[in-house]
Amino acid sequence: MSRTTFFEVEVLDARTREQLCFLDKVDPYSTIGDIKSLFHKSYPHWYPARQALKLDPKGKSLRDNDILQNLPVGTTATMYFRDLGPQLGWTMVFLAEYIGPLLTYLLFYFRVPYIYSHRYAFTSSPHPVVTLACACHTFHYMKRLIETIFVHRFAHGTMPLRTIVRNCAYYWGFSAWLAYYINHPLYTPPSYGDLQVNYALVLFMMCELGNFSIHLTLNNLRGEGYRSRRFPMPTKNPFTWLFLFVSCPNYTYEVGAWVSFSIMTQCLPVAFYTLLVFIQMTIWAKGKHRTYSREFKDYPSLRMAIIPLIL
Amino acid sequence: MSAAAPGTSKAAHSDVAPKKKKGPGALATAYLVIYNVVMTAGWLVIAVGLVRAYLARGSYHGLYYSIEKPLKFFQTGALLEILHCAVGIVPSSVVLTGFQVMSRVFLTWAVTHSVREVQSEDSVLLFVTAWTVTEIIRYSFYTFSLLNHLPYLIKWARYTFFFVLYPMGVTGELLTIYAALPYVQKTGLYSVTLPNKYNFSFDYHSFLILVMISYIPLFPQLYFHMIRQRKKVLGHVEEYNKVE
Repeated sequence: MSRTTFFEVEVLDARTREQLCFLDKVDPYSTIGDIKSLFHKSYPHWYPARQALKLDPKGKSLRDNDILQNLPVGTTATMYFRDLGPQLGWTMVFLAEYIGPLLTYLLFYFRVPYIYSHRYAFTSSPHPVVTLACACHTFHYMKRLIETIFVHRFAHGTMPLRTIVRNCAYYWGFSAWLAYYINHPLYTPPSYGDLQVNYALVLFMMCELGNFSIHLTLNNLRGEGYRSRRFPMPTKNPFTWLFLFVSCPNYTYEVGAWVSFSIMTQCLPVAFYTLLVFIQMTIWAKGKHRTYSREFKDYPSLRMAIIPLIL
Repeated sequence: MSAAAPGTSKAAHSDVAPKKKKGPGALATAYLVIYNVVMTAGWLVIAVGLVRAYLARGSYHGLYYSIEKPLKFFQTGALLEILHCAVGIVPSSVVLTGFQVMSRVFLTWAVTHSVREVQSEDSVLLFVTAWTVTEIIRYSFYTFSLLNHLPYLIKWARYTFFFVLYPMGVTGELLTIYAALPYVQKTGLYSVTLPNKYNFSFDYHSFLILVMISYIPLFPQLYFHMIRQRKKVLGHVEEYNKVE
């Protein structure tokens, strides 16, 4: 029978330094996640996702899969606790963020009373492009919802409540603003008529397909297990060939979809929103590109972050 | 309004040296000194202009016209401060500075200049006076700080006068925007209506009302920030006096 040295863990509040919890006979191979579960038993309202445990009160949080005996601590470990506030799982986050735009746009499309002048209540627009735009917008968010439920596998578990409220305000607010103008009784269809609308529609569908293809590819990459970390490569699907030129073609396609939507509706608020989408996606793409370049020595130098050869 | 100056009074106490951040180079410092001296002078010109016009006319009315041009020139010139932050020669946040300068420029051009009818309002004199006194103190504060010879009086003035000047300025600004509202609505100034080719609309009247409402959350935040800054900056010297 081998003798295992058990650890003791004391958890102090990061701000007040008072002892919140003392755990003894802790297995040295326990993970931080296990410690959080033990802590949760003493404090039922602080579920593990809400806990941040650190070795230094002002330092970085420990990761859930860190193992106790690999940490720079003696057999009695002192950890500091911080409450991260109420958390929501990623799936719930995205559902909340995407359901809003989907439904609010429809409220405007069907011209629910009190939005426009009362004589237009429940009327429909005489312009086919308005119906098409509604279909495209709804399709875009349905696709996102389906991907959230069936495709995406999320890394970190949760997001703080305050961030979700802010994100939802952004998504819901902008889609209402766009929908207001597109479905307005005084809406003016595009200057180049059906030609403009049809080209934009084709571009839109290609970008949506492209975006979906990339999500599937990234998903398969993760499926091979966390250990075998490789960067994404083009596959037989032509939409993934964009990987030859950019690190984040999913963001490229997303911007493309919004550009095509702007052209389709010829609506300045949509173009403005597209600009914001571009800025946000570029920030994320540049971050991801930097991470890939640092992590993989053989990362292709031709690849840019989001726009082939340019950005 | 509350941008920290590089090289504060702590530099005078040599034992605190290790905490000093990497400040602007010699050339940048020279440029900043010139900039802040010019701005101090400019706002002094406005102050003198106001006093002279008042003495000449004998009343507070219509003093705006006597300082209209230097006000526009020097307030607009403050846009350079955004560039200073962006380039890094001033250690303030681009966003915060941008916001503060843009709000001043907005009031100068998009409200006072654009709506002629409010130019003779007394509220204009109220905020112009507040701005003038604030800026003279602020720019001389920066000048002296850059030269590492900051008189306590200027530091004290900067962190004390705001108690009165800030609410005074805000009152003047709000009253001016409020006075502009009927004229903006009547003439449809800066407004775009439907239908149009790009399916866009903008109602400047509603926008101005939104701006006025935004003062409610913003003003207390900035005011209390200055109060906290005051405790930090002036508080230490009081402690030293107690110890002596």
